[in-house]
Amino acid sequence: MIRRLMFFAPVMVLMILAGLLWLGLGRDPEALPSTLIDEPLPAFELAPVRPGETHGLSSADFADRLMLLNVFASWCVGCRVEHPFLMQLAEQGVIIQGLDWKDAPGDGAAWLADHGDPYDRVGNDPDGRTGIDLGVSGAPETFVVDAQGRVRYRHVGPITPEVWRAELEPILQRLETEG
Amino acid sequence: MRRLALALAASLLMAAAPVPPAPVVDQPLADPALEARAVALQQSLRCVVCQNESIAESGAVLAADLRQVVRERVAAGDSDEEVRAFMVARYGDFVLLKPPFEPATWLLWLGPLAVALLGGLVVAAYLRQRRAVPEADALSADEQARLEALLAEEDEA
Repeated sequence: MIRRLMFFAPVMVLMILAGLLWLGLGRDPEALPSTLIDEPLPAFELAPVRPGETHGLSSADFADRLMLLNVFASWCVGCRVEHPFLMQLAEQGVIIQGLDWKDAPGDGAAWLADHGDPYDRVGNDPDGRTGIDLGVSGAPETFVVDAQGRVRYRHVGPITPEVWRAELEPILQRLETEG
Repeated sequence: MRRLALALAASLLMAAAPVPPAPVVDQPLADPALEARAVALQQSLRCVVCQNESIAESGAVLAADLRQVVRERVAAGDSDEEVRAFMVARYGDFVLLKPPFEPATWLLWLGPLAVALLGGLVVAAYLRQRRAVPEADALSADEQARLEALLAEEDEA
C-alpha cells in the first residue's frame, strides 16, 4: 500500500506545484500593496500651485470628510487620460485633493489652466519627497483618505469610469456608511 | 503610404507628449567611506518602477531620487538598518532585494533546505534497502552438478 502511494507521490507533488503556478499566472507582479493602508497620512505641507494662493495642501486638510488624494503631474500621460473623468467626479461632489508631483513651479498651474481644475486644494511637491513619503511609485496614483485622515485604499494608474465603478465607488460608499 | 502616415502621426504624438523631469544628477558624498556605504545600500534596495533592478543601477527618475535620499540619510548618521527601515516603511518589504527572515518567508528561506533533506532521506532509505537484499545462498550439491552438466553440454556444442 505504502509502496503504491510512494509511486504516485511525485505525480501529486507535480500537480500541486502546477496548481500553484497556475494561480500565480493570474496575479499581477507589479501590483504593490501600499504600506499606508489604515495608517494616518504622513505629515506634509506643500506650497500652492494656483497663482495667488498662500496655502497649497497639507496633511491637516484631510479631516471631517472622505476625500481622494490624487497624485498628478503636467508631464504625466496617464494623468491626461484620467483628467476629464476627475472633472466629472468633482462636479458630482467628490472632494479631490491634488498633489502636483515633481513638477517645476508654474508647470502645474499652466496644466490646470489648460485642462481644467477638479481639485479642492492643490500642493506642489517639486522634489518628490512627499511622494516618497506616501510610497508613490509613479503618477497618476490616487489614495482614498477617510474623515480621520487615514489612508484606506490606493489605486495605481489612471482612474477610468470602469475603475471607478468596479473599485473606488464601492469603497467610498462603504466608508461613507461606516461614517 | 499608410506606413508613412502612421510614422508621421507617431512622431507628431511624441512631439506633443510631455517630457518627464530629468533625473537628479548623482552627487557622491565627499567622505569615501560614507559613499561606499550609501552605494552598498543602494545596491540592496529594489527599484519600484523597474522592478528587477536595484536603485543603484536603475535609470528611473524615482530611483535617482531614492539614491539621493539614501545618501542624505547616510550623511545624517543613520545606520544601514535605519536606512532600510525608512524605505520599508514607505514601500514595504518588496524594496529589499534580500527578503527578511520572518514567519512569512520561512518557506522561502528554508524550503530548499527542507526539499534537499527530504531527498537525502529518500536516497538513504533506498540505498539501505538495496544493501539489505540477502546474498544468494550457495548452490546445493544437486544444483552444482546440474550447472556443471549444462556448462559441459555447451562446451560440446
